[in-house]
Amino acid sequence: MRILGLSAFYHDSAAALVEDGRIVAAAQEERFTRKKHDSGFPHRAVDYCLAEAGVALKDVDYVAFYDKPFLKFERLLETYLAFAPRGFPSFVKAMPLWLKEKLFQKKLLKDELKQAAPDFDWETRLLFGEHHQSHAASAFFPSPFEEAAILTMDGVGEWATTSLAHGRGNRLEILREIHFPHSLGLLYSAFTYYTGFKVNSGEYKVMGLAPYGEPKYAQAILDNLIDLKPDGSFRLDMSYFDYCTGLRMTNAKFDALFGGPARQPEQWMTQREMDLAASVQAVLEEVVLRLAKSLAAETGQKNLCLAGGVALNCVANGKILRAGDFQRLWIQPAAGDAGGALGAALNAYHQFQDGARQLNGALDGMAGSYLGPAYSQAEIEQRLTAAGARFASVDDAKLIAETVDGLVAEKAIGWFQGRMEFGPRALGGRSILGDPRSPSMQKTLNLRVKYRESFRPFAPSVRREDVADWFELDADSPYMLLVADVVAPRRRQMTAEEQALFGIDKLNVPRSEIPAVTHVDYSARIQTVHAETNPRYHALLTAFKQRTGCPVLVNTSFNVRGEPIVCTPEDAFRCFMGSDIEMLVVGNCILRKEDQNPALKLDYKDKFELD
Amino acid sequence: MLSFLREIWMFMRVRKKFWLLPIFVMMILFGGLVVLTKGSAVAPFIYTIF
Repeated sequence: MRILGLSAFYHDSAAALVEDGRIVAAAQEERFTRKKHDSGFPHRAVDYCLAEAGVALKDVDYVAFYDKPFLKFERLLETYLAFAPRGFPSFVKAMPLWLKEKLFQKKLLKDELKQAAPDFDWETRLLFGEHHQSHAASAFFPSPFEEAAILTMDGVGEWATTSLAHGRGNRLEILREIHFPHSLGLLYSAFTYYTGFKVNSGEYKVMGLAPYGEPKYAQAILDNLIDLKPDGSFRLDMSYFDYCTGLRMTNAKFDALFGGPARQPEQWMTQREMDLAASVQAVLEEVVLRLAKSLAAETGQKNLCLAGGVALNCVANGKILRAGDFQRLWIQPAAGDAGGALGAALNAYHQFQDGARQLNGALDGMAGSYLGPAYSQAEIEQRLTAAGARFASVDDAKLIAETVDGLVAEKAIGWFQGRMEFGPRALGGRSILGDPRSPSMQKTLNLRVKYRESFRPFAPSVRREDVADWFELDADSPYMLLVADVVAPRRRQMTAEEQALFGIDKLNVPRSEIPAVTHVDYSARIQTVHAETNPRYHALLTAFKQRTGCPVLVNTSFNVRGEPIVCTPEDAFRCFMGSDIEMLVVGNCILRKEDQNPALKLDYKDKFELD
Repeated sequence: MLSFLREIWMFMRVRKKFWLLPIFVMMILFGGLVVLTKGSAVAPFIYTIF
């Protein structure tokens, strides 16, 4: 049985194809259309998923959408009524869109699908799953656990903002929910807005900024904004927020509590923003830890699965693991709404169709999250030639050796191999790599390659077998969703003078043997690399270790700020020519910047809208 | 449109939210007008009703 899962019309639309419970393909639309967070119907992602399976839309048994539009509309109406007449301006803005389009999503979906399969009975073949059920399904069904507790947290779906569930075999039961407007995701987004970042995309910047600050405002948040109970359930004091009725996240009362208005985007960052980020991060961690603890007690489970946008907060995830209430943690790599497409398909297969669930030993069902398009060597050569690239095709051994040469020479290297990753993280399929031992690598990559804020940290990839030698972690973290500290013997203590440095200035002080991936608090967002799921990347790390003694590389997504991660060899070549990436490795082709035609150089710095 | 109305009705039955019915009716009537006329020509309709 084939089920196509879809998420669309809000943000991060995506498609995923599941065949008898096995995930065949999954991709986000933005990677194809090159429009960040593309929310349109995922035409090209659907086409890709079907092509990967070698089938047409008429060969699919069901199409599953990841949420229920009527329920969402009900929430909208009841919220406006509850706050009336305060929300009138927002109501007037929202309603035409709903009455024109969003309320008729089923028809919209049917019309889109009919174009590809006109004779199909879409009335019975189109299924809708609840938003948090889709998240929970995407967290549990691909996990390596027969039985587990499930925690999903995000901004909001229909009504639910937090769900606690229990999964066993091919069943999943939601135990408890916290409903809108009380939302951990929206609380974090409120601070994202207040610290001057873009809601729905800048949350990870707040997380990255937190270690530079002190949680000075955490008590103020706990005393005023959130009523947190011992079991982790909570209510927000809505008099501080504007998102129910207005077009902003926070209001004047919020400004008064934190002593001033929100920072404007691109305005100079001060210690206050860093302290605010540290404070909301501390509160989020406290809530998540309490929820996890009560879920462990309620279900008696030792395995926990996470999904929803808040599950991308890898600092909180690392703390759950260290708290010890659960022995094993599995986090859906596409934890945001894109992953809802996959969850909807898996939910339809296991829960609606009672399809059996096959576990794959210790391995999960995500295949390393390498679920997107791949290109053959012949295709890569043909595409690069057509793009005007000058390259050399080499065998595997030479490819690895020359890449290691480039890394040791402190070059930023574009690494494009195999299938594209599903989810927001680059995991060695579409990555920019660097030498983590270099003290200048973080600054170089941020300012010259990625064109992004200098405070933002980079993440390490490390061979699974070496992770415990370098980090305080001895568990799988294949999706870069756990944060742990660099082990003490590899740290470098700061002098009193360095200790006194202010905020971002601290960044330039090397913290460990691998300064490019060590944050100011010695933490690192770790990706463990496994020979089973990405043998070529594993081989590169092995060769780098043989040469340098270090099995770690800097791994950042292959894009510039505001650009979707590259998908095709042409995208990779354009990004290479538009940034200071010095060497590009695509399949078995090696491209060096100095060999390229200077006329093909692009100005990429201002090409994309800032995220 | 008929299948849409049927689905709305089923939705209200399942959710036991019949009190939403008058809101839906008003919204579809006036909302439809707002959408169709893009807001500018709604006033004359409202004057004739009230």
